[in-house]
Amino acid sequence: MSAEVLALTAAQAGERIRAGELRSADVFAAYRDRAAADELNAFVWVADDVPAAAAADAPLAGVPVAVKDLFCTEGVPSQAGSKILEDYRPPYTATAVRNLQQGGAPLLGKTNQDEFAMGSSNENSAYGPVRNPWDPTRVPGGSSGGSAAAVAAGLAPWAIGTDTGGSIRQPAALCGIVGMKPTYGAVSRYGMIAFASSLDQAGPLTRDVTDCALLLRHMVGQDPCDSTSVAFPEEVRTPSAERLDGIRLGVPEELTGEGIEPGVLENFNATLRTCEELGATIEPMRLPHAPHALSAYYIIAPAEASANLARYDGVRYGLRAPEYDDLLSMYTRTRRAGFGAEVKRRIMLGTYALSSGYYDAYYGRAQQVRTKIADDFRAAFAAVDFVVTPTSPNVAFGLGSKTDDPWAMYLNDYCTVPVPLAGLPAISIPSGLSEGLPVGFQIIGGAFSENRILDAAYALEQAIGFDGSSARGIAGPDAPRPGQERRPDGGKG
Amino acid sequence: MIDREQVLHVARLARLELSDAEVERMSGELTGILGHIEKIGELDLDGVCPTSHVVEVTNKLRADEPRPSWPREKILGAAPAVRDDGFEVPSPQA
Repeated sequence: MSAEVLALTAAQAGERIRAGELRSADVFAAYRDRAAADELNAFVWVADDVPAAAAADAPLAGVPVAVKDLFCTEGVPSQAGSKILEDYRPPYTATAVRNLQQGGAPLLGKTNQDEFAMGSSNENSAYGPVRNPWDPTRVPGGSSGGSAAAVAAGLAPWAIGTDTGGSIRQPAALCGIVGMKPTYGAVSRYGMIAFASSLDQAGPLTRDVTDCALLLRHMVGQDPCDSTSVAFPEEVRTPSAERLDGIRLGVPEELTGEGIEPGVLENFNATLRTCEELGATIEPMRLPHAPHALSAYYIIAPAEASANLARYDGVRYGLRAPEYDDLLSMYTRTRRAGFGAEVKRRIMLGTYALSSGYYDAYYGRAQQVRTKIADDFRAAFAAVDFVVTPTSPNVAFGLGSKTDDPWAMYLNDYCTVPVPLAGLPAISIPSGLSEGLPVGFQIIGGAFSENRILDAAYALEQAIGFDGSSARGIAGPDAPRPGQERRPDGGKG
Repeated sequence: MIDREQVLHVARLARLELSDAEVERMSGELTGILGHIEKIGELDLDGVCPTSHVVEVTNKLRADEPRPSWPREKILGAAPAVRDDGFEVPSPQA
């Protein structure tokens, strides 16, 4: 039964369930058993009880979803990969997760992540690093590394994550799956433990583009609890395009040359040839301010984070330091004990950028650069339909190989970071292997062009014919048992 | 260059206690990161409007109607220290 279920995409499993050929309880149990036997450390909590069968007409048909730890889930640990939220069980469920539950996708488990979504390798989790199913000595990318690894390894049919600077697309690329960051505002942020509020956006991580469209359809929507959410202008459709005739693809000089690993660039160029064979035209273009996106991002995101993370003070929830002298030292010691090195670094960076005397030179200028980046994209979309780049400048790298140099780690976000600064949607699809490891192809579109992006991605996906099945061979014992969550530093490495 | 004094000043603003080793490391790392970031100083940005929000939305108003809030015990249940139906903290006057 398990092997048969595992061979199906989530959409296919849903169809079988609706046709009466498969029971949703069996699909849940098959994945629950695999998730509970996870040896990649992708899950930090796995559901125990098989949920009641979804309604017969439920669009998601009871196919369970893995959810990044930072989504609040009522009564279920929601720790955002941080020790400061150890065993925090929220009183409510995030809108994005609730929407999926209402669509008929029950919670399979909570996935590991970089602490507060700050990282590109999943090595910044208080619950141990996640391993890449293609090569367990390598990282899965981050920050939604647990969600990406779980889907790639067949421990979950599909998953959701969040993307602030690339945290859905980059791990999707490194794990050989599909990941989409929707237009800012398309999915409610209510109940998402905040990192950088003007950039954070939830989205799907799935085995293929069809699953991505189906999951996204049931995530989007305006929410009275998030005043920055907007009504999605149309239904997210099931993609069906077979060709790219008449589609103009812009290839930005700034993001497709220097700094991209040769094997990744080779695969990118081969993928462009495939696009041409499908009828697309390739147009060299410029995004002149894209090389400055990383600088703007690493001011704006830490600045917003330094404000958002002020709430972790040992008063209302989470950790409180055991010993302190007064109120101030309770705050400072709680934060010393509860935050990891990268989170401290970003709080310091953000606080510095917002501090008196430096605000204009850093935060003010970064916001102006943000305008220029959005203008660059606006100009681009007057001439082309999509902008395409490699998703990540490199394939999955070895655990521990970049942890000593923060800027080297930040460079992983080079091609993904301009997109959220402009609030745009983008997808990463697997486009082949380099050195035996997956490479991602990024398609960026104008605001609310998700349907067109999904169509183009679908046509390209069919032509590429990427086979990720070998990554689903790995799974074993040594993981949290159902109903139990991992403790901080409980990982293996 | 972010020196030790600046690190300590920013840490105070951020309500973050750092060990001596962390202060030392932070000084070097922040200096390194800011060295990359400072390249945006070379751009001509005169007259460019700052962007703080990417989607065009104006203030959204809702009807001002009373509705139940969270049950007190549910919220207090997540707190590290509770007394007399409230969050317990050391006295700010201490």
